[in-house]
Amino acid sequence: MIRNMIVIVLLAASSLCAQGNAENGKRQFVKLGCYTCHGYQGQGGGAGAKLAPHPIAAANLIAYVRHPAGSMPPFTAKVVSDQELMDIHAYLASVPAPPPAKDIPLLNQ
Amino acid sequence: MAKSKSTPLARRGFLKGAAAGAAALVSSPQAASPQAASPQAASSQAASSQAKSQEAQTRAVAVPPTAAQRAAENANASATVEDPQIVERPGADYMVDVFKSLGFEYLFATPGSSFRGIHESVINHGGNSNPEFITFTHEECSAAAANGYAKIEGKPALVCAHGTVGIQHAAMAIYNAYCDQAPLFIVAGNISDAAERRGRVEWLHAAQDVAATVRDYTKWDDNPASLTHFGESAVRAYQIAMTAPMMPVLLAADGVLQEGEAPKDFDWRVPKLPKITAPSGDSAAVAELAQMLVAAENPVIVASRSARTPAGLALLVELAEVTGAAVIDQQRRTNFPSRHPLNHTQRSRAAVSNADLILGLEVYDFFGVVHTLGGQINVIPKSIIKPGTKLVSISSSDLFYKSNYQNFQRYEAVDLSIPADAEATLPALIEAVKRLLTDDRKQAIQSRAAKLAQASHQALEQTRTAASYAWDASPVSTARLSAELWAQVKNEDWSLVSDPFWVSNWPLRLWDFTKHYQFIGGAGGEGVGYLAPAALGAAIANKKHGRLSVSIQSDGDFMMGPGVLWTAAHHRIPLLTVMHNNRAYHQEIMQLQRVANQHNRGVDIDKCKIGTAIENPNINYAMMAKSMGVEAEGPISDPKDLSAAIRRGIDVVKRGDPYLIDVITQPR
Repeated sequence: MIRNMIVIVLLAASSLCAQGNAENGKRQFVKLGCYTCHGYQGQGGGAGAKLAPHPIAAANLIAYVRHPAGSMPPFTAKVVSDQELMDIHAYLASVPAPPPAKDIPLLNQ
Repeated sequence: MAKSKSTPLARRGFLKGAAAGAAALVSSPQAASPQAASPQAASSQAASSQAKSQEAQTRAVAVPPTAAQRAAENANASATVEDPQIVERPGADYMVDVFKSLGFEYLFATPGSSFRGIHESVINHGGNSNPEFITFTHEECSAAAANGYAKIEGKPALVCAHGTVGIQHAAMAIYNAYCDQAPLFIVAGNISDAAERRGRVEWLHAAQDVAATVRDYTKWDDNPASLTHFGESAVRAYQIAMTAPMMPVLLAADGVLQEGEAPKDFDWRVPKLPKITAPSGDSAAVAELAQMLVAAENPVIVASRSARTPAGLALLVELAEVTGAAVIDQQRRTNFPSRHPLNHTQRSRAAVSNADLILGLEVYDFFGVVHTLGGQINVIPKSIIKPGTKLVSISSSDLFYKSNYQNFQRYEAVDLSIPADAEATLPALIEAVKRLLTDDRKQAIQSRAAKLAQASHQALEQTRTAASYAWDASPVSTARLSAELWAQVKNEDWSLVSDPFWVSNWPLRLWDFTKHYQFIGGAGGEGVGYLAPAALGAAIANKKHGRLSVSIQSDGDFMMGPGVLWTAAHHRIPLLTVMHNNRAYHQEIMQLQRVANQHNRGVDIDKCKIGTAIENPNINYAMMAKSMGVEAEGPISDPKDLSAAIRRGIDVVKRGDPYLIDVITQPR
């Protein structure tokens, strides 16, 4: 039963990701103020967790945004729709990975 | 000694004859060689050798003028001594003698008429040296600069402020210093005698109790009624300010006392300042703590303002190494080397959660160390430590409390409280630990330290990976900004004089801090407007040591007191300011967004910027700096342009001047 539920969630996550519009997601990421804690590229920092590159699954992202832990405020469906969150996820997934830190001289000093 | 009534020449008469009196003072010959009254006075004597005024050199050593000197001065002044409009020996001269004997290098102030007597004596009697008058454009800046200065130099600068309005301006910076346990010596001018107030403004700027405004957040104050009283209270105030926990003190300087004639029989000697020591912990308690540390399997040391001096840093290294304890540096000072294998600041939650003993050194929020404060609407504290974890606190804060302002934080029930100065207690604690160590315990500690070193190395690698995200982003990532800066300061004798909390603490996470002066913490009371003037004050202290002072400056804080740019240019203070320009009071954007979501309304970013953004128009900080005589460039939004700009800035700063680079940055 639990295994079946996990499969369903993963399928749903895959489906949601495929449906996201990265361009709109980038707009929503700014409009909703996600960048204020997480940075314009979702890089994270002192005020918010790193979201990109390689974001968590879309379904997990939506679940967390609805019921966050820590200091993050909740975003209900009234504030942001599932579709908008899928778009945001698509944007986060589109953020290119940086070079490995070991290949950045300034980070090895 | 009575003040105005026994003063033969009134303050009003002095005003008319000030120029002539000053000329007479400057031309007074010096007499017998001075004699130091204390080590501090001796230091002052040495410092005053550069004074322009010969008389200043004589008075600097805190001894009364000789009979020959008095005779010479009177002879020189014979043309005017009968003139009732002339004051030959103003009380402010003695006040300046007191300041010299206490070893003040600088007087930070915005000029104000209620301390004009001191101001004039600093220039004409003291030769504007030790203390040298540093002009600020706001009293909040002069007090905050003294906060930064004190944390580098380990002693107070003198701050003078106009009674009432000047003190009101300085109040928030004094509160920051109070919370930061930084010694400030504040002198507030005031005209106590109503009959001596000239018209409405001097009434508006006088107070019955001028210290009342800041009494809740100063350690001690007094309102001297005579010069003798002033001398004794000044030395007492200095001693109180410099005794742990160090804090600001305030002395009122009466206008009539400053400007009126000192009595002919006045004893000009300044009371001796004793050698000041810090209170160390009770020996039985220290022995008990040593046993706990040796027996612990996972001890953690949390240090906040533990290292008052460079020795404090070295002592904490020794304690950590001898006990094999993980150290979490809360970085209110540089307490511990950032890349030491036992530095676990970057994995503090994991270290605290795994601890069986947590020792707090000058930790002012122990509750916050061992709890999270979750909950979306109400605060729901949750303990993050294991049941049975022992908590021990060594803190001088426990020796001095005031009630009104809540800087003492939430109560945490520790198992052992040692009310004492942590740095002063460490030598005895280290020796007690060493005496208890058996070979078995030494082996266990070595094994633990090796594991901790591995975890610390992994944490640093994770930090570097985290810093790589958004590496080429525009606006510039704060990690990139910090790494670019580090690349060019690391081979200098550098000092980071700003609080990097606002840039996600990247410098503290990426840079290699090994010396006490390389970081001084942030605003003790978290009052905005601290950063820019405190950075300047620290840079003033660093100047004589030849250090490269660097500040990463938040834009919102900067706009509280941008006049510090002029001060930096006017006094040629070498300071590299790199703007963290996110064009907002960004913390408040996040706060507003949080509340909007709690109210299930959300808020578009455009609305969220109402009252929080600093844009439309954008501020051009480079132009602002240039307008006040500071070389500058920017705004820079492409990270590829940073390296050359920083290089140009460092060249100017090493030449001895300030420089500003405006960088458009990611929010945090």
